[in-house]
Amino acid sequence: MAEKTIAGVQVNVSEDGYLEDMSQWNEDVAKGIAEEIGIELTDKHFEVLNYLREKTEAEESLTIRGVGKSGIVTVKDLYKLFPKGPLKFSSKIAGIPKPTSCI
Amino acid sequence: MDAKEKKPLEKVCMICAKGSLEDIYATLVMANGAVMEGIETKVFFTFFGLDGINKETMLSLHTATTGNPAMRMPGGLPFPTMLGGLPGVEAGVSKMMRKQMEELDMPPVDEFLELITAGGGEIFACKLAVDMFKLTKEDLHEEVSDIITIGEFYEMCDGDRTQIIFT
Repeated sequence: MAEKTIAGVQVNVSEDGYLEDMSQWNEDVAKGIAEEIGIELTDKHFEVLNYLREKTEAEESLTIRGVGKSGIVTVKDLYKLFPKGPLKFSSKIAGIPKPTSCI
Repeated sequence: MDAKEKKPLEKVCMICAKGSLEDIYATLVMANGAVMEGIETKVFFTFFGLDGINKETMLSLHTATTGNPAMRMPGGLPFPTMLGGLPGVEAGVSKMMRKQMEELDMPPVDEFLELITAGGGEIFACKLAVDMFKLTKEDLHEEVSDIITIGEFYEMCDGDRTQIIFT
């Protein structure tokens, strides 16, 4: 575990750079993490991020299939929003733990 | 050069030649997993593996209930081979397995193919096997981008961070 300052907020991150405490997250932190990855966040991104956070709070497991069925984005669009890491990058930016699902 | 420097995979090429439920799903899970990691992914279905992309068969794949020493009864007791050979047993067991997979959010084969192509993965059918089983492009799922020879597939497998996986 390491401490890091993102967008002026002191956060605890895992070895892979995922937030350890999802309550340390805010929209500016999200933008900061996204910038490191090379993604510029739009409203659509935030819709996905909020969905992921809600599901995580409800302790439901996350899959790209589930996101695709959420009605927010199709799987294809999810890949466009978070290229090369539809679940990995979106989870990182959403301030939730690294996804444990294989699908 | 730093000995610990990581050289992440850039491309994964998979060849699926067997048509049981577990063979097809192993291929699909690994292919989709690669796409999700941002790895360029190509999948080549050949021989009985074609069952995984044949619209007639893809949604009713079976797992072998005879000759499969890992097969267990519900509860963990060994599954008698004689029982596995009775009519309908393989179909019933396979249906049960597909149901359990669905509960884990593992999609049916057609939807799995769509997940893979949604992320830019490509699906191919082997020309030799398609000819052998007297199939045409129309018999195959829409996500199959082409029917190609193994030579053409190898041409796609270039790059020094490419792995070919045979399942």
